Amino acid sequence: MGIFNFFSKEKLDTGLEKTKLNLFGKISKALVGKSSVDDSFLDELEEILVSSDVGIETTLKIIERLQKRVATDKYIVSSELNNLLKDEITLLLEENRSEIPTDFENLKGIKPYVIMVVGVNGVGKTTTIGKLANQFKKAGKKVVLGAGDTFRAAAVAQLKIWGERNEVHVVENGMNADPASVAFDTVKYANENNIDIAIIDTAGRLHNKINLMNELSKIKRVMSKIITDAPHEILLVLDASTGQNAFEQAKQFIAATEVNALALTKLDGTAKGGVVIGVADQFKIPVKYIGVGEGIDDLQLFNKKEFVDSLFKN
Amino acid sequence: MFENLSAKLDKAFKTLKGQGRISDLNIAETVKEIRKALIDADVNYKIAKQFTDTVKEKAIGQNVLKSVSPGQLMIKIVNDELVTLFGGKTEGLSNSGNPTVILMVGLQGSGKTTHTAKLANFLKKQGKTVMMAAADVYRPAAIEQLKVLGEQIDVPVYFEAENKNPVQIAINALKAAKNKDIRVLLIDTAGRLSIDEEMMQEIGNIKSAVNPHEILFVVDSMTGQDAVNTAKAFNDILDFTGVILTKLDGDTRGGAALSIKTVVNKPIKFVGTGEKVDALDVFHPDRMAQRILGMGDIVSLVEKAQQVFDEDEAALIQKKLLKDQFTFQDFYNQIQQIKKMGNIKDLVGMIPGVGKAIKDIDISDDSFKGIEAIINSMTEKERQTPDIINGSRRKRLASGSGTDIQQVNQLLKQFEEMRKMMKNMSKMQGAGRSLKGLPFMK
Ligand SMILES: Nc1nc2c(ncn2[C@@H]2O[C@H](COP(=O)(O)OP(=O)(O)OP(=O)(O)O)[C@@H](O)[C@H]2O)c(=O)[nH]1
Ligand SMILES: Nc1nc2c(ncn2[C@@H]2O[C@H](COP(=O)(O)OP(=O)(O)O)[C@@H](O)[C@H]2O)c(=O)[nH]1
Ligand SMILES: [Mg+2]
Ligand SMILES: [Mg+2]
Repeated sequence: MGIFNFFSKEKLDTGLEKTKLNLFGKISKALVGKSSVDDSFLDELEEILVSSDVGIETTLKIIERLQKRVATDKYIVSSELNNLLKDEITLLLEENRSEIPTDFENLKGIKPYVIMVVGVNGVGKTTTIGKLANQFKKAGKKVVLGAGDTFRAAAVAQLKIWGERNEVHVVENGMNADPASVAFDTVKYANENNIDIAIIDTAGRLHNKINLMNELSKIKRVMSKIITDAPHEILLVLDASTGQNAFEQAKQFIAATEVNALALTKLDGTAKGGVVIGVADQFKIPVKYIGVGEGIDDLQLFNKKEFVDSLFKN
Repeated sequence: MFENLSAKLDKAFKTLKGQGRISDLNIAETVKEIRKALIDADVNYKIAKQFTDTVKEKAIGQNVLKSVSPGQLMIKIVNDELVTLFGGKTEGLSNSGNPTVILMVGLQGSGKTTHTAKLANFLKKQGKTVMMAAADVYRPAAIEQLKVLGEQIDVPVYFEAENKNPVQIAINALKAAKNKDIRVLLIDTAGRLSIDEEMMQEIGNIKSAVNPHEILFVVDSMTGQDAVNTAKAFNDILDFTGVILTKLDGDTRGGAALSIKTVVNKPIKFVGTGEKVDALDVFHPDRMAQRILGMGDIVSLVEKAQQVFDEDEAALIQKKLLKDQFTFQDFYNQIQQIKKMGNIKDLVGMIPGVGKAIKDIDISDDSFKGIEAIINSMTEKERQTPDIINGSRRKRLASGSGTDIQQVNQLLKQFEEMRKMMKNMSKMQGAGRSLKGLPFMK
């Protein structure tokens, strides 16, 4: 096994320039009719995955699955091995139990559809809300936003600017207001004004702060007083540049609010966001959206295949 | 985690027994484990490799002492190497120039604006006249954010609501600062990606225009493998003077700190430990090393605890714990002190290994109420000798405190468990880690 078996290798390349090697290019010297994966391939695979924040455990899992697959499927040309590999990674992103809608048009007849957005500080919650509002409006929906971050300096002002950009109403009770009551008022407003979608912003919080996590549970709870199933979507925003801590974030936010969708932001940068593979796999929660810039249009529905491909690009 | 790693290392070292010396052969497995631990902590893949190579070289030939296990010895070597790498002394801010100009740079959402205000507050407390400049013209309400923070700390903010040119704003801010005889000017800038050429050029232009004495790269401690790319790209263009590592109040291991330090070799000058303007600390290499290794930030835990716990009393409690004489009265007093310490779970997270044990015992901030009521219902004798609290006494305590018998039973059980646990923790002191003042820390 090639895993962490680097001691047989020559002196390591200490240059830290972005690795230029392309895994699939490098191993194009065809390996014919093989039923096992060779060590140098695994070494490179390990480096690529770990360098994309996939993490050791998930990397080992992927390699294990690949080896099993190869043992039965065999491959003739290296491109087949590549496909088997990508397949296995995609499968990890596949399995989920979530029943939430998968596009901007069809909300499965739920109205108003309530989305609550949660995550640690600075990941891109508010910006994602601004972009979501844009997408839903484009899909012909009536949107309202709730300014539930009443803590961070000028957070309400920030969301209001997104409201203006989208020409949608923002429910707010000012700074330092009780965020639960803002959430309540927003859902109420949606109910009474024939709104299709209500999206509630919350203050960023680190998942190890019990009091703040309890507050989040409370924010979630009050909405059900108006609509029993609300919020229908609890969207955890993860920053693509975050490392293994994303696991702990997911765990704690799920515990506090039953998160059922993930958004991965800042994928326009050099970070690959590979940690979501393990997160999606472990918690069986789908990645639904990705953020690819600061502009209003820089949001896309998550595409597994494109994401997996991007892990192996330069 | 520390116990975990240490145990793993001991296992990996099984071949070492009877050899007494670390050698090429018996160290291989161990070095792998260390590498895994570092990568788990988000140290960059290549840097983890480089680092463990160095450690390996240092370790080979060392005698394994009788008093420590080989795993512990390795941790010590790794720890020392980390501390050396991070640099021995903490470095302050430049004092030169009039005004001293400090430029804040970094990725989106890393904490630039918040730390602009934290530093301003910090400098102001040293008696300096300070001004902040709002040169983020892109993010919605970025200027407003800085203005709000400025009001909070009573520091003037230079801004131009209509100007969309950050270079110009920086230049004008510097002029204004000179006119007002400001001692330190801090410039907040927009977050940017290192591959955004236009934006990177812009920050380069700001640098050329105002010649900052400090350029601080503000980076989120939760950053993963990409930290090296970003740090290097910002450093290539700006040759920054220092790093601020933010959001360390979280539970990330923070391996990015090691990656960054290795690639750019610039001092980490400050760390951010919360959202409020006073949540700023100087960088402690030893704590960071322990954190990356997953040993828990014991030192800062102890320091924090000492701020609240009376030293003499702490020593007394320590003694009581060791002798198993800890009473409900002590418990009650400690709850009062713990409550003063603010966010308890923050502190818990810092204690290695114990975190889990405490989760089961589960005392949240609120659950103190019932406990206090029950203890208040106890007689002096019951508090001093909990063993006498039998069935009928329990009933009395339940009705007296407005709780129920189950709660009373639970408290007694918890008390017993804690007593055991704290006794164990006190013993750890022998291992050279001072846990003075920690009894009942949860
Ligand atoms: N818990 C914690 N939160 C922090 C810390 N530093 C900053 N934050 C929070 O992180 C978020 C982003 O901080 P900002 O200061 O706005 O970050 P920025 O780099 O100026 O962000 P942009 O200007 O949007 O690029 C806010 O919610 C802050 O309150 C810290 O040390 N600990
Ligand atoms: N490059 C890039 N920046 C983003 C993206 N999403 C958000 N941001 C930026 O990240 C910073 C923090 O975003 P914000 O929405 O305020 O985060 P919040 O604290 O979670 O609400 C802002 O500067 C945003 O412009 C993204 O997909 N790509
Ligand atoms: Mg926000
Ligand atoms: Mg900012």
